[in-house]
Amino acid sequence: MISDPLLQQSSPVLEEGSDDDQLLRVSLGPQHPSTHGVFRMNVELDGETVVRLKPVFGYLHRNHEKIAEGQTYLSSMPFTDRLDYICPLTNNWAYAHAVEKLAGIEVPERAEYMRVITAELTRLINHTAFAGFFLGDMGAWGSALMYAFREREKILDLFEDLTGARMMSNFMRFGGCRNDLPDGWLERCRALVDNYEPFLDEMEMFLLGNEILIARTQDVGQLPKETLINGGITGPMLRAAGVAYDIRKVDPYGIYDRFDFKMPLGEKGDCYDRLMIRFLEMRESLKILKQAIKDIPEGDFIAPKAKIRGFKPPVGEAYGRIEGPKGELGFYLVSDGTPQPYRYRVRPPSFVNLTLLEEMCVGLDIADVVIILGSVDIVLGEVDR
Amino acid sequence: MSGIIDMVLASIRAKVPAANATVRTNPGPSGQDSLMVAPESVADVMRVIHDEHGFDFLSNVTGVDWPDPALAEKVAVIAEGDADAEGDAKADGEETPAECGFLEVVYHLYHTSERKGPLVVRSRTKDRGEGAKIASVVSVYKSAEFQEREIYDLYGVIFTGHPDLRRILMWDEFVDHPMRKDYVAPDDYEYEPTPHAAVIEKAAQHYPAPDAD
Amino acid sequence: MAIDQKLADDLKSQGVHVTSFEQLINWGRSSSLWPLQFGLACCAIEMIAATMAKYDMARFGAEVFRPSPRQADLMIVAGTVTKKMAPQVVRLYNQMAEPKYVLAMGACAISGGPFKEGYNVLKGVDRYIPVDIVVPGCPPRPEALLDGLIALQKKVKGEKLIGKDRVRHADPNGMAEMPVPEYGPHDLQPPMNPEVWKPKAKIRKEGEA
Repeated sequence: MISDPLLQQSSPVLEEGSDDDQLLRVSLGPQHPSTHGVFRMNVELDGETVVRLKPVFGYLHRNHEKIAEGQTYLSSMPFTDRLDYICPLTNNWAYAHAVEKLAGIEVPERAEYMRVITAELTRLINHTAFAGFFLGDMGAWGSALMYAFREREKILDLFEDLTGARMMSNFMRFGGCRNDLPDGWLERCRALVDNYEPFLDEMEMFLLGNEILIARTQDVGQLPKETLINGGITGPMLRAAGVAYDIRKVDPYGIYDRFDFKMPLGEKGDCYDRLMIRFLEMRESLKILKQAIKDIPEGDFIAPKAKIRGFKPPVGEAYGRIEGPKGELGFYLVSDGTPQPYRYRVRPPSFVNLTLLEEMCVGLDIADVVIILGSVDIVLGEVDR
Repeated sequence: MSGIIDMVLASIRAKVPAANATVRTNPGPSGQDSLMVAPESVADVMRVIHDEHGFDFLSNVTGVDWPDPALAEKVAVIAEGDADAEGDAKADGEETPAECGFLEVVYHLYHTSERKGPLVVRSRTKDRGEGAKIASVVSVYKSAEFQEREIYDLYGVIFTGHPDLRRILMWDEFVDHPMRKDYVAPDDYEYEPTPHAAVIEKAAQHYPAPDAD
Repeated sequence: MAIDQKLADDLKSQGVHVTSFEQLINWGRSSSLWPLQFGLACCAIEMIAATMAKYDMARFGAEVFRPSPRQADLMIVAGTVTKKMAPQVVRLYNQMAEPKYVLAMGACAISGGPFKEGYNVLKGVDRYIPVDIVVPGCPPRPEALLDGLIALQKKVKGEKLIGKDRVRHADPNGMAEMPVPEYGPHDLQPPMNPEVWKPKAKIRKEGEA
């Protein structure tokens, strides 16, 4: 924890003699091993108990929206990779989905299947890495993450063959995908999916019954359902509290209505449930992957009429959203008929999910703050954009 | 979607007549029509939408800058029959350049249990200067808190009734609103050694005497 | 000072190692560079991947990531440095003890990269702190980071600790602390540190290769 003279600027100045001047004020971040990047929280402590907590954003505000408004629609596609840099392919899809809504573009069957396969693999990466980082927050720095990244590398190898890059895929296009699956890719993907279940069994055996993990996560950070919905929380965090809201189910996009999968729900919504939900979701993702790999048809990987150069959507606006691994990822686009978007807005799940951070943390110990922040699963590229 | 919009419109016209609610048609293929309300009564409108129509999830709050009002009318077209209600909007268009145009805030709402949405609500400020005020909806939807702060930071819309309206992404001493269309970024231009006339011209301006290397 | 290389090799074959104090210190330093645990953006994920099982940065003695700048030798600037973050980066640099090295990882840290047009993006961390090694890429692969690390080790091994052309940290007049920029109304004040950064002056004329 680094005490920071800038702390003075972002919080109200305390009056001397009031009860408040007994409080300890800590600035967690922006350089702190537990904040997953450059996030910062101004925490006020009474002893070890959190009294107030104000998140401070903007340390990774890279002006994605402003840059996107000055260039063509397609030029923003590589920038979406860098939003939530753990899962670029779902970001690609969300953006392509919004533009397809805006311009009324149909996507061919094979491309839809390719999107589902890559998106579910991305969900596996995100949730696996989440488990590793979350355990790291609890003090198991290294070992859980080591296992998580071992599996992540296998999926990244697949992505590299498909898109040419490990992380920054830039793969989706408006009306399909950039290139077809390489030869033998599906077989290797099937092998990976078949081998993933044993890895999950292993992880669950190591983690979910662990006494320390249970002591640190159970009954930490739960809030009532209504508060969560009102606070705009989406994704695994919301479902851990028992709200059946998964956009793949309630507002199906792509071809998700064809697959047989369940929506795991938690009971209490504490940090343990949030971890558990992610493990269950990975198993559902594997189910989807198996079906998609079996059913994927031959055909075009991009709509033959899709325009790559000189793409100009008609005047209008559209809000398209998908279920990203972290929650509802939406893009709001306003077109004035020119090749550049007039307004380009990202609705970032990580950013909105932090709305209730203070409510979750107040009254708990400072050590729990780290766990709760970890359970929200933020990526700063998306929070600050 | 139009069914929901008409239903909501009817109850808003009955409950919050001051909102002056109208339907705006979306000319694009997405078909997401919107509901235009007056900036002072956004919070009241949201209260009605939340309590009576059950839209419990405010997903997205967006700011849009419209220095040119005519362009805004192209994107959100006045629905037929509502055209006469909008007559006074164009009266004060010819003022100083900072005053013409307006800022817009767009809300996307969903119904979590009945799977309805998106319900798009939009509201426009009087101008882009002093009058850029909109009632905050944080008292109804907590999820708007950070998003409204972001719009205040990047666009300069003042949300009346917001509990903690501070800059969120830029630092506190920053004075500009960078997402506005007329914002000029600081000239910390570093030219690349490319033979573009425009680049060389800008570079020569910025670094008056480069070494003749 | 200088060792007769032939004699040294001769002795080495008989199991006797002859070295200079300078070489010994540099060898020790280069083999245990402790990086600062400090990730800014996308590149940080690849930096973590480089420390994990498949790439295993521990082979090069650089796996001990320290969360505190006081214990770190190497600052890997992994990601976009925004203007809001720049004062903190400079402060972290100042808090590191000498000898200290900076590795700019990725296009953003080098020059602003794809986000160069951004109003809140610093166009290269070298505007405020001296950079020793740059690793290009967006993001660089873990192998590229390892390559950068090896390049840094080579640099450390060749450092002169005494004499006229000694390195900064062996020079009592060397600058260890950089002025921290302040938040201004439109931009950082000052927008660059002229002591460490000068605009590259070469402009190619139109038509010139």
